Amino acid sequence: MVNNLLKYSLIFIVSVLLQVLVLNHILIFRMISPFFYLIFLLLLPYDTPRAMLIFLGFILGLSIDAFTNTLGVHAAVCVVIGFVRPAILNKISTRETRESVSAPRISTMSLNWFISYTAIFVTIHHLLLFMLEAFTFQGFFFTLIRAILSGILSIVLIVISQFLFFRK
Amino acid sequence: MVVTYNNFQQAKFLTSSNGISGYFFENFAGVFQVFDLKKANTELAEENAELRTALQHYQLRGTNNSKSSYLTERNPLIAMTRDSLNKIVYFFTTARVINNSVNQRHNFLTLNKGRNQGVKADMGVVSAGRVVGLVTNVGDNYSTVISILNERWKLSAKIKRNDFFGSLSWNGRDYRKVQLNEIPYHVPVQNGDTVVTTGFSGSFPEGLEIGIVSEYSLGSGSNFYKIDVDLAVDFRSIVQVALVENRQLKEINKLESLNNDGK
Repeated sequence: MVNNLLKYSLIFIVSVLLQVLVLNHILIFRMISPFFYLIFLLLLPYDTPRAMLIFLGFILGLSIDAFTNTLGVHAAVCVVIGFVRPAILNKISTRETRESVSAPRISTMSLNWFISYTAIFVTIHHLLLFMLEAFTFQGFFFTLIRAILSGILSIVLIVISQFLFFRK
Repeated sequence: MVVTYNNFQQAKFLTSSNGISGYFFENFAGVFQVFDLKKANTELAEENAELRTALQHYQLRGTNNSKSSYLTERNPLIAMTRDSLNKIVYFFTTARVINNSVNQRHNFLTLNKGRNQGVKADMGVVSAGRVVGLVTNVGDNYSTVISILNERWKLSAKIKRNDFFGSLSWNGRDYRKVQLNEIPYHVPVQNGDTVVTTGFSGSFPEGLEIGIVSEYSLGSGSNFYKIDVDLAVDFRSIVQVALVENRQLKEINKLESLNNDGK
Protein backbone atom coordinates (compact mmCIF):
# COMPACT_ATOMS: atom_id res chain seq x y z
CA MET A 1 0.00 0.00 0.00
CA VAL A 2 2.67 2.46 1.11
CA ASN A 3 4.79 1.12 -1.70
CA ASN A 4 2.02 1.88 -4.18
CA LEU A 5 1.45 5.35 -2.73
CA LEU A 6 5.13 6.16 -3.17
CA LYS A 7 5.22 4.75 -6.68
CA TYR A 8 2.21 6.68 -7.92
CA SER A 9 3.29 9.90 -6.21
CA LEU A 10 6.56 9.57 -8.06
CA ILE A 11 4.79 8.97 -11.39
CA PHE A 12 2.60 11.99 -10.66
CA ILE A 13 5.49 14.35 -9.94
CA VAL A 14 7.67 13.12 -12.78
CA SER A 15 4.88 13.30 -15.37
CA VAL A 16 3.80 16.82 -14.31
CA LEU A 17 7.35 18.15 -14.28
CA LEU A 18 8.21 16.45 -17.57
CA GLN A 19 5.11 18.02 -19.09
CA VAL A 20 5.55 21.58 -17.86
CA LEU A 21 9.34 21.83 -18.03
CA VAL A 22 10.07 19.96 -21.24
CA LEU A 23 7.10 18.93 -23.36
CA ASN A 24 5.24 22.24 -23.13
CA HIS A 25 8.08 23.80 -25.09
CA ILE A 26 7.72 21.38 -27.96
CA LEU A 27 5.96 22.65 -31.04
CA ILE A 28 6.42 20.69 -34.24
CA PHE A 29 5.30 22.09 -37.60
CA ARG A 30 3.95 25.04 -35.62
CA MET A 31 0.95 23.03 -34.46
CA ILE A 32 1.82 19.74 -32.75
CA SER A 33 2.42 19.70 -29.00
CA PRO A 34 2.12 16.54 -26.92
CA PHE A 35 0.31 16.13 -23.58
CA PHE A 36 2.09 13.29 -21.90
CA TYR A 37 0.96 13.82 -18.30
CA LEU A 38 -2.23 11.85 -18.95
CA ILE A 39 -0.12 8.73 -18.41
CA PHE A 40 -0.62 9.12 -14.67
CA LEU A 41 -4.37 8.51 -14.95
CA LEU A 42 -3.81 5.64 -17.38
CA LEU A 43 -1.46 3.72 -15.09
CA LEU A 44 -3.57 3.79 -11.91
CA PRO A 45 -4.66 0.34 -10.66
CA TYR A 46 -7.83 -1.29 -11.96
CA ASP A 47 -9.56 -1.17 -8.61
CA THR A 48 -9.15 2.59 -8.06
CA PRO A 49 -12.62 3.86 -7.11
CA ARG A 50 -14.26 6.32 -9.48
CA ALA A 51 -14.40 9.09 -6.85
CA MET A 52 -10.65 8.69 -6.34
CA LEU A 53 -10.02 8.84 -10.09
CA ILE A 54 -12.03 12.04 -10.41
CA PHE A 55 -10.26 13.58 -7.45
CA LEU A 56 -6.80 12.64 -8.72
CA GLY A 57 -7.76 13.86 -12.18
CA PHE A 58 -8.73 17.19 -10.72
CA ILE A 59 -5.47 17.52 -8.78
CA LEU A 60 -3.43 16.48 -11.81
CA GLY A 61 -5.19 18.93 -14.12
CA LEU A 62 -4.95 21.73 -11.61
CA SER A 63 -1.19 21.23 -11.21
CA ILE A 64 -0.74 21.48 -14.97
CA ASP A 65 -3.01 24.55 -15.05
CA ALA A 66 -0.98 26.27 -12.36
CA PHE A 67 2.11 26.03 -14.56
CA THR A 68 0.53 26.90 -17.89
CA ASN A 69 -1.84 29.71 -16.86
CA THR A 70 -4.87 27.89 -18.21
CA LEU A 71 -6.89 27.86 -15.03
CA GLY A 72 -9.43 25.04 -15.14
CA VAL A 73 -8.99 23.73 -18.69
CA HIS A 74 -6.76 20.75 -17.92
CA ALA A 75 -8.56 20.16 -14.62
CA ALA A 76 -11.92 19.88 -16.39
CA VAL A 77 -10.59 17.49 -19.04
CA CYS A 78 -8.85 15.26 -16.51
CA VAL A 79 -11.98 15.06 -14.39
CA VAL A 80 -13.84 13.82 -17.46
CA ILE A 81 -11.13 11.22 -18.07
CA GLY A 82 -11.35 10.08 -14.44
CA PHE A 83 -15.12 9.80 -14.79
CA VAL A 84 -15.15 7.70 -17.96
CA ARG A 85 -12.17 5.46 -17.17
CA PRO A 86 -13.97 2.70 -15.21
CA ALA A 87 -16.71 2.37 -17.85
CA ILE A 88 -14.26 2.17 -20.74
CA LEU A 89 -11.97 -0.24 -18.90
CA ASN A 90 -14.95 -2.51 -18.27
CA LYS A 91 -15.68 -2.49 -21.99
CA ILE A 92 -12.17 -3.25 -23.24
CA SER A 93 -10.92 -5.77 -20.68
CA THR A 94 -12.28 -8.95 -19.22
CA ARG A 95 -13.09 -9.56 -15.59
CA GLU A 96 -10.33 -12.18 -15.31
CA THR A 97 -7.54 -9.85 -16.37
CA ARG A 98 -8.83 -7.16 -14.07
CA GLU A 99 -8.73 -9.56 -11.15
CA SER A 100 -5.43 -11.21 -11.94
CA VAL A 101 -3.47 -8.08 -12.91
CA SER A 102 -3.35 -5.06 -10.66
CA ALA A 103 -2.80 -2.23 -13.11
CA PRO A 104 -2.74 -1.70 -16.91
CA ARG A 105 0.85 -2.15 -18.06
CA ILE A 106 2.43 -3.14 -21.30
CA SER A 107 4.27 -5.93 -19.51
CA THR A 108 1.11 -7.62 -18.33
CA MET A 109 -1.20 -6.83 -21.25
CA SER A 110 -0.38 -7.10 -24.93
CA LEU A 111 1.18 -4.25 -26.90
CA ASN A 112 -1.90 -3.97 -29.11
CA TRP A 113 -4.19 -3.78 -26.15
CA PHE A 114 -2.10 -1.07 -24.49
CA ILE A 115 -1.92 1.02 -27.66
CA SER A 116 -5.67 0.95 -28.18
CA TYR A 117 -6.24 1.63 -24.47
CA THR A 118 -3.95 4.68 -24.65
CA ALA A 119 -5.44 5.79 -27.95
CA ILE A 120 -9.00 5.87 -26.60
CA PHE A 121 -8.14 8.07 -23.64
CA VAL A 122 -5.71 10.30 -25.49
CA THR A 123 -8.33 10.91 -28.19
CA ILE A 124 -10.99 11.92 -25.66
CA HIS A 125 -8.50 14.03 -23.74
CA HIS A 126 -7.03 15.87 -26.71
CA LEU A 127 -10.32 16.57 -28.49
CA LEU A 128 -11.83 18.00 -25.31
CA LEU A 129 -8.69 19.90 -24.40
CA PHE A 130 -8.18 21.61 -27.75
CA MET A 131 -11.87 22.43 -28.10
CA LEU A 132 -12.04 23.89 -24.60
CA GLU A 133 -8.85 25.83 -25.17
CA ALA A 134 -10.10 27.35 -28.40
CA PHE A 135 -13.65 27.70 -27.05
CA THR A 136 -14.96 28.62 -30.49
CA PHE A 137 -15.97 26.82 -33.66
CA GLN A 138 -14.07 29.34 -35.70
CA GLY A 139 -11.26 27.45 -37.39
CA PHE A 140 -12.81 24.16 -36.25
CA PHE A 141 -10.79 22.01 -38.63
CA PHE A 142 -7.52 23.61 -37.64
CA THR A 143 -8.30 22.77 -34.01
CA LEU A 144 -9.33 19.26 -34.99
CA ILE A 145 -6.16 18.59 -36.97
CA ARG A 146 -4.05 19.99 -34.14
CA ALA A 147 -5.81 17.71 -31.67
CA ILE A 148 -5.41 14.61 -33.83
CA LEU A 149 -1.76 15.14 -34.73
CA SER A 150 -0.84 16.06 -31.16
CA GLY A 151 -2.75 13.00 -30.00
CA ILE A 152 -0.68 10.72 -32.22
CA LEU A 153 2.53 12.14 -30.77
CA SER A 154 1.21 11.75 -27.23
CA ILE A 155 0.29 8.11 -27.84
CA VAL A 156 3.75 7.40 -29.23
CA LEU A 157 5.40 9.05 -26.22
CA ILE A 158 3.25 7.21 -23.70
CA VAL A 159 3.85 3.83 -25.33
CA ILE A 160 7.59 4.44 -25.63
CA SER A 161 7.76 5.48 -21.98
CA GLN A 162 6.27 2.10 -21.13
CA PHE A 163 9.20 0.38 -22.77
CA LEU A 164 11.70 2.66 -21.09
CA PHE A 165 10.49 2.88 -17.49
CA PHE A 166 7.94 0.19 -16.73
CA ARG A 167 9.70 -2.91 -18.00
CA LYS A 168 9.51 -5.82 -15.65
CA MET B 1 -9.61 51.49 -23.85
CA VAL B 2 -7.70 50.41 -26.90
CA VAL B 3 -5.81 47.77 -25.01
CA THR B 4 -8.12 45.37 -23.29
CA TYR B 5 -7.55 42.10 -21.68
CA ASN B 6 -10.37 39.86 -20.72
CA ASN B 7 -11.55 39.37 -17.16
CA PHE B 8 -10.11 35.88 -17.54
CA GLN B 9 -7.09 37.57 -16.12
CA GLN B 10 -8.84 38.32 -12.90
CA ALA B 11 -8.32 34.74 -11.94
CA LYS B 12 -5.27 35.76 -10.00
CA PHE B 13 -5.13 32.57 -8.02
CA LEU B 14 -2.95 29.78 -9.34
CA THR B 15 -1.03 31.41 -12.11
CA SER B 16 2.59 30.80 -12.86
CA SER B 17 3.52 33.93 -10.88
CA ASN B 18 3.04 31.94 -7.68
CA GLY B 19 6.00 30.81 -5.64
CA ILE B 20 6.05 27.09 -6.35
CA SER B 21 5.81 27.07 -10.12
CA GLY B 22 8.02 30.15 -10.21
CA TYR B 23 10.65 28.24 -8.28
CA PHE B 24 10.62 25.32 -10.71
CA PHE B 25 10.70 27.54 -13.75
CA GLU B 26 13.49 29.66 -12.32
CA ASN B 27 15.66 26.63 -11.70
CA PHE B 28 14.98 24.76 -14.91
CA ALA B 29 14.66 27.58 -17.41
CA GLY B 30 18.43 27.85 -17.62
CA VAL B 31 18.80 24.33 -18.94
CA PHE B 32 16.95 25.04 -22.16
CA GLN B 33 17.86 28.68 -22.52
CA VAL B 34 21.50 27.72 -22.95
CA PHE B 35 20.66 26.93 -26.56
CA ASP B 36 19.34 30.43 -27.16
CA LEU B 37 22.13 32.27 -25.39
CA LYS B 38 24.25 32.78 -28.47
CA LYS B 39 21.43 34.51 -30.26
CA ALA B 40 20.47 36.50 -27.17
CA ASN B 41 24.07 37.66 -26.89
CA THR B 42 24.18 38.86 -30.47
CA GLU B 43 20.91 40.70 -30.03
CA LEU B 44 22.12 42.40 -26.88
CA ALA B 45 25.37 43.41 -28.55
CA GLU B 46 23.47 44.85 -31.49
CA GLU B 47 21.13 46.76 -29.23
CA ASN B 48 24.10 48.03 -27.26
CA ALA B 49 25.81 49.25 -30.40
CA GLU B 50 22.67 51.01 -31.52
CA LEU B 51 22.16 52.66 -28.17
CA ARG B 52 25.82 53.74 -28.10
CA THR B 53 25.44 55.42 -31.46
CA ALA B 54 22.29 57.10 -30.24
CA LEU B 55 24.06 58.22 -27.10
CA GLN B 56 26.77 59.92 -29.16
CA HIS B 57 24.19 61.83 -31.13
CA TYR B 58 22.52 62.71 -27.88
CA GLN B 59 25.71 64.07 -26.35
CA LEU B 60 26.48 65.95 -29.53
CA ARG B 61 23.12 67.63 -29.37
CA GLY B 62 23.86 68.70 -25.82
CA THR B 63 27.14 70.38 -26.70
CA ASN B 64 26.75 72.26 -29.94
CA ASN B 65 23.00 72.16 -30.43
CA SER B 66 23.32 70.51 -33.81
CA LYS B 67 20.05 69.12 -35.09
CA SER B 68 20.28 65.37 -35.19
CA SER B 69 17.41 63.65 -36.88
CA TYR B 70 18.87 60.34 -35.78
CA LEU B 71 17.28 60.60 -32.38
CA THR B 72 13.75 61.12 -33.50
CA GLU B 73 13.81 58.78 -36.46
CA ARG B 74 16.08 55.90 -35.70
CA ASN B 75 15.69 55.16 -32.06
CA PRO B 76 12.29 55.53 -30.48
CA LEU B 77 13.61 54.08 -27.26
CA ILE B 78 15.46 57.29 -26.64
CA ALA B 79 13.44 59.85 -28.51
CA MET B 80 10.00 59.09 -27.22
CA THR B 81 10.68 58.52 -23.58
CA ARG B 82 10.62 62.26 -22.95
CA ASP B 83 7.49 64.34 -23.04
CA SER B 84 7.14 67.93 -24.14
CA LEU B 85 8.05 69.22 -20.70
CA ASN B 86 11.32 67.36 -21.08
CA LYS B 87 10.45 65.07 -18.27
CA ILE B 88 11.25 61.37 -18.49
CA VAL B 89 8.03 59.37 -18.55
CA TYR B 90 9.13 55.83 -19.34
CA PHE B 91 11.52 53.88 -17.18
CA PHE B 92 13.19 50.62 -18.14
CA THR B 93 14.34 47.67 -16.06
CA THR B 94 15.34 44.19 -17.11
CA ALA B 95 14.07 40.73 -16.24
CA ARG B 96 14.77 37.17 -17.29
CA VAL B 97 12.15 35.00 -18.93
CA ILE B 98 11.81 31.80 -16.91
CA ASN B 99 8.84 30.32 -18.70
CA ASN B 100 7.36 30.92 -22.10
CA SER B 101 5.03 29.10 -24.44
CA VAL B 102 3.99 29.45 -28.06
CA ASN B 103 1.95 26.27 -28.39
CA GLN B 104 -1.34 27.39 -26.86
CA ARG B 105 -4.12 29.73 -27.86
CA HIS B 106 -3.47 31.81 -24.77
CA ASN B 107 0.24 32.12 -24.22
CA PHE B 108 1.92 33.69 -21.24
CA LEU B 109 5.48 34.34 -20.13
CA THR B 110 6.78 34.19 -16.59
CA LEU B 111 9.48 36.61 -15.45
CA ASN B 112 11.86 36.26 -12.52
CA LYS B 113 10.93 39.60 -10.98
CA GLY B 114 7.86 40.54 -8.98
CA ARG B 115 6.41 43.05 -6.56
CA ASN B 116 9.50 43.04 -4.36
CA GLN B 117 11.60 44.07 -7.34
CA GLY B 118 9.22 46.86 -8.33
CA VAL B 119 7.21 45.16 -11.07
CA LYS B 120 3.65 46.40 -11.40
CA ALA B 121 0.67 45.26 -13.44
CA ASP B 122 0.28 46.96 -16.84
CA MET B 123 3.99 47.45 -17.38
CA GLY B 124 4.99 46.87 -20.99
CA VAL B 125 7.46 44.11 -21.85
CA VAL B 126 9.90 44.52 -24.72
CA SER B 127 12.77 42.49 -26.11
CA ALA B 128 15.53 44.46 -27.81
CA GLY B 129 13.09 47.35 -28.29
CA ARG B 130 10.35 45.16 -29.75
CA VAL B 131 6.97 44.49 -28.20
CA VAL B 132 6.54 41.19 -26.35
CA GLY B 133 3.57 41.65 -24.03
CA LEU B 134 2.05 43.23 -20.96
CA VAL B 135 2.48 42.37 -17.27
CA THR B 136 -0.80 41.00 -15.91
CA ASN B 137 -0.29 39.19 -12.62
CA VAL B 138 2.40 40.11 -10.15
CA GLY B 139 3.54 37.80 -7.36
CA ASP B 140 6.09 38.59 -4.68
CA ASN B 141 9.08 37.47 -6.72
CA TYR B 142 7.63 36.50 -10.09
CA SER B 143 5.23 37.99 -12.57
CA THR B 144 3.28 36.74 -15.55
CA VAL B 145 3.11 38.49 -18.87
CA ILE B 146 0.32 38.14 -21.40
CA SER B 147 2.10 37.70 -24.72
CA ILE B 148 1.08 39.12 -28.10
CA LEU B 149 0.49 35.46 -28.90
CA ASN B 150 -2.67 35.39 -26.83
CA GLU B 151 -6.10 35.62 -28.40
CA ARG B 152 -7.38 37.56 -25.45
CA TRP B 153 -5.09 40.53 -25.83
CA LYS B 154 -5.42 43.33 -28.34
CA LEU B 155 -2.82 45.99 -28.82
CA SER B 156 -3.18 49.31 -30.57
CA ALA B 157 -0.73 49.55 -33.47
CA LYS B 158 -0.09 51.74 -36.48
CA ILE B 159 1.66 51.62 -39.80
CA LYS B 160 4.81 53.62 -39.32
CA ARG B 161 4.85 55.10 -42.83
CA ASN B 162 1.45 56.81 -42.71
CA ASP B 163 0.36 56.68 -39.06
CA PHE B 164 -2.96 54.94 -39.67
CA PHE B 165 -3.75 52.86 -36.64
CA GLY B 166 -5.74 49.70 -35.97
CA SER B 167 -5.85 46.93 -33.46
CA LEU B 168 -3.39 44.07 -33.43
CA SER B 169 -4.41 40.60 -32.32
CA TRP B 170 -3.43 36.97 -32.83
CA ASN B 171 -5.62 34.35 -34.48
CA GLY B 172 -4.06 31.45 -32.62
CA ARG B 173 -2.38 29.81 -35.58
CA ASP B 174 1.18 30.74 -36.45
CA TYR B 175 3.41 31.96 -33.65
CA ARG B 176 5.39 34.06 -36.11
CA LYS B 177 2.44 36.08 -37.45
CA VAL B 178 -0.11 38.40 -35.89
CA GLN B 179 -3.02 40.20 -37.55
CA LEU B 180 -3.56 43.92 -37.85
CA ASN B 181 -7.24 44.79 -38.17
CA GLU B 182 -9.37 47.89 -38.65
CA ILE B 183 -7.13 49.57 -41.20
CA PRO B 184 -9.65 51.14 -43.62
CA TYR B 185 -9.48 50.28 -47.32
CA HIS B 186 -8.41 53.72 -48.56
CA VAL B 187 -5.09 53.52 -46.73
CA PRO B 188 -2.10 52.64 -48.91
CA VAL B 189 -0.54 49.47 -47.47
CA GLN B 190 2.55 47.74 -48.81
CA ASN B 191 4.35 44.53 -48.04
CA GLY B 192 7.34 45.42 -45.92
CA ASP B 193 5.67 48.29 -44.07
CA THR B 194 6.80 48.49 -40.47
CA VAL B 195 4.10 48.22 -37.82
CA VAL B 196 4.79 50.05 -34.57
CA THR B 197 3.01 50.86 -31.30
CA THR B 198 0.80 53.94 -31.01
CA GLY B 199 1.39 54.72 -27.37
CA PHE B 200 -2.35 55.07 -26.80
CA SER B 201 -2.39 52.44 -24.11
CA GLY B 202 0.23 54.20 -22.06
CA SER B 203 2.07 50.97 -21.37
CA PHE B 204 4.40 51.34 -24.34
CA PRO B 205 6.18 54.38 -25.71
CA GLU B 206 5.10 55.38 -29.19
CA GLY B 207 6.98 53.87 -32.11
CA LEU B 208 8.26 50.57 -30.71
CA GLU B 209 8.62 48.03 -33.48
CA ILE B 210 6.15 45.15 -33.57
CA GLY B 211 6.75 43.63 -36.97
CA ILE B 212 6.61 43.92 -40.73
CA VAL B 213 3.60 43.58 -43.04
CA SER B 214 4.00 40.28 -44.87
CA GLU B 215 0.63 39.91 -46.53
CA TYR B 216 -2.52 41.97 -46.91
CA SER B 217 -5.85 41.50 -48.60
CA LEU B 218 -9.19 43.20 -48.88
CA GLY B 219 -12.14 40.86 -48.59
CA SER B 220 -14.92 41.48 -51.09
CA GLY B 221 -17.33 44.02 -49.64
CA SER B 222 -15.10 44.60 -46.67
CA ASN B 223 -14.15 48.06 -45.50
CA PHE B 224 -11.05 46.90 -43.72
CA TYR B 225 -7.85 45.19 -44.73
CA LYS B 226 -6.78 41.82 -43.43
CA ILE B 227 -3.11 42.33 -42.70
CA ASP B 228 -0.62 39.69 -41.61
CA VAL B 229 2.33 41.02 -39.68
CA ASP B 230 5.58 39.08 -39.29
CA LEU B 231 6.65 39.52 -35.68
CA ALA B 232 10.01 41.16 -35.10
CA VAL B 233 10.52 39.11 -31.94
CA ASP B 234 11.23 35.41 -32.20
CA PHE B 235 9.02 34.17 -29.39
CA ARG B 236 10.73 30.83 -29.22
CA SER B 237 14.03 32.24 -28.11
CA ILE B 238 13.33 35.08 -25.71
CA VAL B 239 15.78 35.05 -22.84
CA GLN B 240 16.10 38.58 -21.54
CA VAL B 241 13.43 41.28 -21.67
CA ALA B 242 13.06 44.89 -20.59
CA LEU B 243 10.12 46.14 -18.55
CA VAL B 244 8.73 49.55 -19.40
CA GLU B 245 7.08 51.56 -16.69
CA ASN B 246 5.04 54.63 -17.47
CA ARG B 247 5.20 56.78 -14.37
CA GLN B 248 2.17 58.70 -15.53
CA LEU B 249 -0.01 55.70 -16.25
CA LYS B 250 -1.97 56.12 -13.02
CA GLU B 251 -2.88 59.67 -13.89
CA ILE B 252 -3.82 58.74 -17.44
CA ASN B 253 -6.04 55.89 -16.27
CA LYS B 254 -7.68 58.07 -13.64
CA LEU B 255 -8.42 60.73 -16.21
CA GLU B 256 -9.74 58.26 -18.79
CA SER B 257 -11.97 56.53 -16.27
CA LEU B 258 -13.81 59.85 -15.86
CA ASN B 259 -14.98 59.48 -19.46
CA ASN B 260 -16.27 55.99 -18.81
CA ASP B 261 -18.24 57.09 -15.78
CA GLY B 262 -20.22 59.49 -17.92
CA LYS B 263 -21.03 56.69 -20.42
